[in-house]
Amino acid sequence: MVEPNQLTQYLETFVDITRSPTQQDDSLKAIASSLENDSLSINQLVREMEMYLTTTDNVVRARGILLLAEILDCLKAKPLNDTIVHTLVGFFTEKLADWRAVHGALVGCLALMKRKDVAGVVTDIDAQAMAKSMIQNVQVQALALHERKLGFELLECLLQQHSEAIATMGNLLVYATCEAIDGEKDPQCLMIVFHLIELLAQLFPSPSGPLASDASDLFEVIGCYFPLHFTHTKDDEANIRREDLSRGLLLAISSTPFFEPYAIPLLLEKLSSSLPVAKVDSLKCLKDCAMKYGVDRMKKHYGGLWSALKDTFYSSTGTNLSFAPESLSSPGFEMNEIHREAVSLLQRLVKQDISFLGFVVDDIGINMVFDTISRYSEYKEMPDTSKLEVLVISQILSVSAKASVQSCNIIFQAIFFRLMNSLGIVEKTSTGDVVQNGNSTVSTRLYHGGLHLCIELLAASKDLILGFEESSPTPGYAQESWWSMVKSFSVPLIQVFTSAVLSSNDDSVTDVYFGVNGLLTMGMFWGGSSPISRSEFEKILMTLTSIITAKSGKTVVWELALKALVCIGSFIDQYHESDKAMSYMSIVVDNLVSLACSSHCGLPYQMILEATSEVCSTGPKYVEKMVQGLEEAFCSSLSDFCVNGNFKSIDNCSQLLGCLTNKLLPSVAEIDGLEKLLVHFAISMWNQIETSGVFSCDFNGREFVEAAMTTMRQVVGIALVDSQNSIIQKAYSVVSSSTLPAMESIPLTFVALEGLQRDLSSRDELILSLFASVIVAASPAVSIPDAKSLVHLLLVSLLKGYIPAAQALGSMVNKLGSGSGGTNTSRDCSLEEACAVIFHADFASGKKISSNESTKIMFGSETTLSKICLGYCGYLDLQTRTITGLAWIGKGLLMRGYERVNEIALVLVECLKSTNCSGHALHPSAMKHAADAFSTLMSDSEVCLNRKFHAVVRPLYKQRFFSTIVPILESLIMNSQTPLSRTMLYVALAHVISNVPVTVILDNTKKLQPLILEGLSVLSLDSVEKETVFSLLLVLSGTLTDTKGQQSASDNAHIIIECLIKLTSYPHLMVVRETAIQCLVALLELPHRRIYPFRREVLQAIEKSLDDPKRRVREEAIRCRQAWLVT
Amino acid sequence: MVTGLINENPIIYPKKERRLRTDSSTTDEFTPEPIDQLEIFDILNFGNCNPFVVDIKDPEHPNTLEDLRVVTEDSVEVDDENSYVRVTFTPTVEHCSMATVIGLCVRVKLLRSLPSRYKIDIRVAPGSHATEDALNKQLNDKERVAAALENPNLVEMVDECLPSEE
Repeated sequence: MVEPNQLTQYLETFVDITRSPTQQDDSLKAIASSLENDSLSINQLVREMEMYLTTTDNVVRARGILLLAEILDCLKAKPLNDTIVHTLVGFFTEKLADWRAVHGALVGCLALMKRKDVAGVVTDIDAQAMAKSMIQNVQVQALALHERKLGFELLECLLQQHSEAIATMGNLLVYATCEAIDGEKDPQCLMIVFHLIELLAQLFPSPSGPLASDASDLFEVIGCYFPLHFTHTKDDEANIRREDLSRGLLLAISSTPFFEPYAIPLLLEKLSSSLPVAKVDSLKCLKDCAMKYGVDRMKKHYGGLWSALKDTFYSSTGTNLSFAPESLSSPGFEMNEIHREAVSLLQRLVKQDISFLGFVVDDIGINMVFDTISRYSEYKEMPDTSKLEVLVISQILSVSAKASVQSCNIIFQAIFFRLMNSLGIVEKTSTGDVVQNGNSTVSTRLYHGGLHLCIELLAASKDLILGFEESSPTPGYAQESWWSMVKSFSVPLIQVFTSAVLSSNDDSVTDVYFGVNGLLTMGMFWGGSSPISRSEFEKILMTLTSIITAKSGKTVVWELALKALVCIGSFIDQYHESDKAMSYMSIVVDNLVSLACSSHCGLPYQMILEATSEVCSTGPKYVEKMVQGLEEAFCSSLSDFCVNGNFKSIDNCSQLLGCLTNKLLPSVAEIDGLEKLLVHFAISMWNQIETSGVFSCDFNGREFVEAAMTTMRQVVGIALVDSQNSIIQKAYSVVSSSTLPAMESIPLTFVALEGLQRDLSSRDELILSLFASVIVAASPAVSIPDAKSLVHLLLVSLLKGYIPAAQALGSMVNKLGSGSGGTNTSRDCSLEEACAVIFHADFASGKKISSNESTKIMFGSETTLSKICLGYCGYLDLQTRTITGLAWIGKGLLMRGYERVNEIALVLVECLKSTNCSGHALHPSAMKHAADAFSTLMSDSEVCLNRKFHAVVRPLYKQRFFSTIVPILESLIMNSQTPLSRTMLYVALAHVISNVPVTVILDNTKKLQPLILEGLSVLSLDSVEKETVFSLLLVLSGTLTDTKGQQSASDNAHIIIECLIKLTSYPHLMVVRETAIQCLVALLELPHRRIYPFRREVLQAIEKSLDDPKRRVREEAIRCRQAWLVT
Repeated sequence: MVTGLINENPIIYPKKERRLRTDSSTTDEFTPEPIDQLEIFDILNFGNCNPFVVDIKDPEHPNTLEDLRVVTEDSVEVDDENSYVRVTFTPTVEHCSMATVIGLCVRVKLLRSLPSRYKIDIRVAPGSHATEDALNKQLNDKERVAAALENPNLVEMVDECLPSEE
């Protein structure tokens, strides 16, 4: 129970306008909550408030009434006694007359109107009284914005919830609404106003009702908003956009047929305006009105509508028809919004009332167009006006034809015959009969205009079938007149189009385009009710296919025909046309696939592959066919190469594999069963290699090996674990039947390893590379047979200098399960065992000269590999290979977060030292390899150890490595004696820094920025490191644009500027200069006093950049100079 | 200072289709790209360099010199080897008192954007201005230009014509 004096206090607070809004709000909430939990009843409250509600002090009374209203607003869901509601309604209704308190009264009325059903609602009688009081007492337009909105909302509520009770007020209501909304300008209010009109229209549908009599007044009030002009783009709190408002207005205008005499003339007038927005809105609105007002009312405007619509078509159509392959599946010219709306209005009108079509067909323009068509044969010869005429008329006719079966009939009857006549398909003989120009003489001249019109009509009828097929299953089209017309002319039409395709006159592109487009359209009539017979359809396919297979090279015709075939293919697939699919398969797909297999035709192989893959990608069945075809082609080409030494075959193989990887693999997720096919393909690759015993001649087939590796990797990458297993088994058996396993017998000792050469035969190299690809892409769950000896094999190959072997080894150690875990199925080898082979300590070595010194330095350097790295054996080549190989192994371990990676890292660091444990510095080339190894370790690789190839990735592995290695490198840099070692250490550091996420850098800017700057100045001396310089500079620019980085940049400003100025004249890489200048601009964000001292220096440097040989640098320099000038 | 607009309703021409560069810069690192006509023209159209805006500070007319055809691409002659550039501009009306300011703006913009080896020659198109000779003389007189740039009011005006992209 709220204490009475406390309640008074709340009330006082709210009523006192000198208090702050938050205080008032708090007291409101306090009262509302005590009502909510029944510690205070409404009766008590009202009794307590009596003084505030009835006092003659206007301010206090207004506040009091508002308080009561706001409280009610908070209690919308609380059940209240009917009597209480009634009394309150009576009170607020009465207070509507009190203009000083009208705000509170409106809030109160609205709160009561919005009460939930269960909680006691306003009765109809009360609502009526409220409406009356509202109409009599409230002058909405005299109120302020917020009250106006409340007023409109109240009216909206009344109309929505108590329409019947209010309807009795009739004219008064309409009149009052009219008055209330007249001249409203606020967008939020207008949204409600437009809705009010709609509600009124629903309320009074009768032609003798009050709305009918007052329609003219009401329309006058809302008509003036059309077309809606609203330029506010900024989001205010209401967030009303122009589209919302204009949609609301359209709904209001089309809400009742009584507006028709006023609305249609207005809309037609606005349609002729030059403002695009007005046109679009008018067209949209006319469409809505045509639907709502009904045919009878619209009829008298048809004349005006047609001419306005025609003008709109003429003004919104462009004359550049595109003849590119892309436009075969699109309208061929750009459609703007006006055009689209005009199309949909025309369609709506024709669909609604067939008599509108009379205006279209009888239009003088339709008759004229035939003159135009037969006057110009070439499209490009036509003047723009004639082009426009042909395009617009074709468009209008096709849109109307598409509207309904009936309209299609009428249009075909009206013009199709004449059209055929002007195309020369029909001729008048002496007897006056009309004869089809069957097989004998196809018109010698192709009239482009006529062809266009014809194609548009055919497309319209085709779309008509499709539109209806989707809604109703079996309509008979055979008895429709358009159908029989198309059917009877289909043979000569196909002939005309075919002759256009094969034409060879000057403007053949246009001819061919129309020809192909025509054939395409005729090929896409829907199956069951197609007027094109199956043999005709097959003829179309044959014509198009013959263009593809003709030995003509890649021409426009070829591309157009291919695109058309693809369109037909996807059409068949989309509408499940099984008959046509069979024809398509036998004529198009089989032909192309067999072409791909034979590889002895005149066409370049690349083109055959392109055509085949494009065509086959339209249906899953064709894909299957294609993969089988390619498999066969691959095997025959490879064996042709092996037996006959035909180098062309091996090129074909690479192209074929490229096609497979680029075109088919990306869609593997969409096509069911493709995975199996591809796995089959991969296995038969292995089979083929196995059987092709010895290559007849050595080849330099790098390209082929690369292509084969990519394909193998990708296929294994997408394959399921079971399929991966079978591929691995197959691959393993091929490997073990080759001479490769001989390498396993090479012991891992210095003596044995020293003499290693890159000496594999090309066949073995191919097998090794492919096998490595399989291992790279295999998932961790796959079991690798005889893993331990494979590790050995790969290790030896790595030492021989085969990088794929190193990558495979990296992937293996990345994915092998650890001994105890048992997650892995390759039971015979755990990660530890693999590591034992790799980190094999060579105690039996004859060259253990300095092992006494090395033992005390570090654990890692005892292994054979690390000794080779550090140059214990004299072969530089072997040393660099080992370093690179070690980097890949390290990457695999690093990504899974295995601690032995540190050993590798330490060996690599050791290589960079000016005096390492072996007592002398390494050869510069070996050092360089060791420095670059850090790039291998840290950067993301495309070919292996990524998520696509199922690598095991531990979160934040880069960050971890960064925090271990950077301090080591840093301290070494401090102490290094020779410039070479220093440079190499910086290269390594740069690789590490530029590959960690930028947030890590930003957390350590203070420490890193000096290092980065020093690194930049050291590395910029040598052109070999230009890419490294660039990536390091990018890191620096990242720190400069961040607030954390800017603080430390402020401290280092002078070094940074000095360094950047040096880089603005970096001769080896343009992007470095460009970025350096951009960084200088970014520095302007620093405090003015820090950078002003350098102004002169920077401007001088930039002046030189103004004369840079590269334009982009100069442009940046101008910008930078301007920015520094104004500091 | 003039208070009203000198040419109240300038004709605004539609933008000509830009000649597109065949971008070889990305492909080859070391081929130099000499400064050419289009580049100078781009420099001049960098921001809104409209003196009319300067005078009246009316954001309603943010036209560039290009829109008004005061400077067109063809009116720029450049010889990179001999470090010479000549810009011929056409004031919108014959007795446009803004012509000096336009000329000065063009000169300052080029001074700031071109290497110092360049000799810059600014001219009014023949027959396009009432006091053509005087104007040409004034714009190419080093001392007078230098003196003009000592005048803080003038510099401020020029700077506003050449806003930096910030």
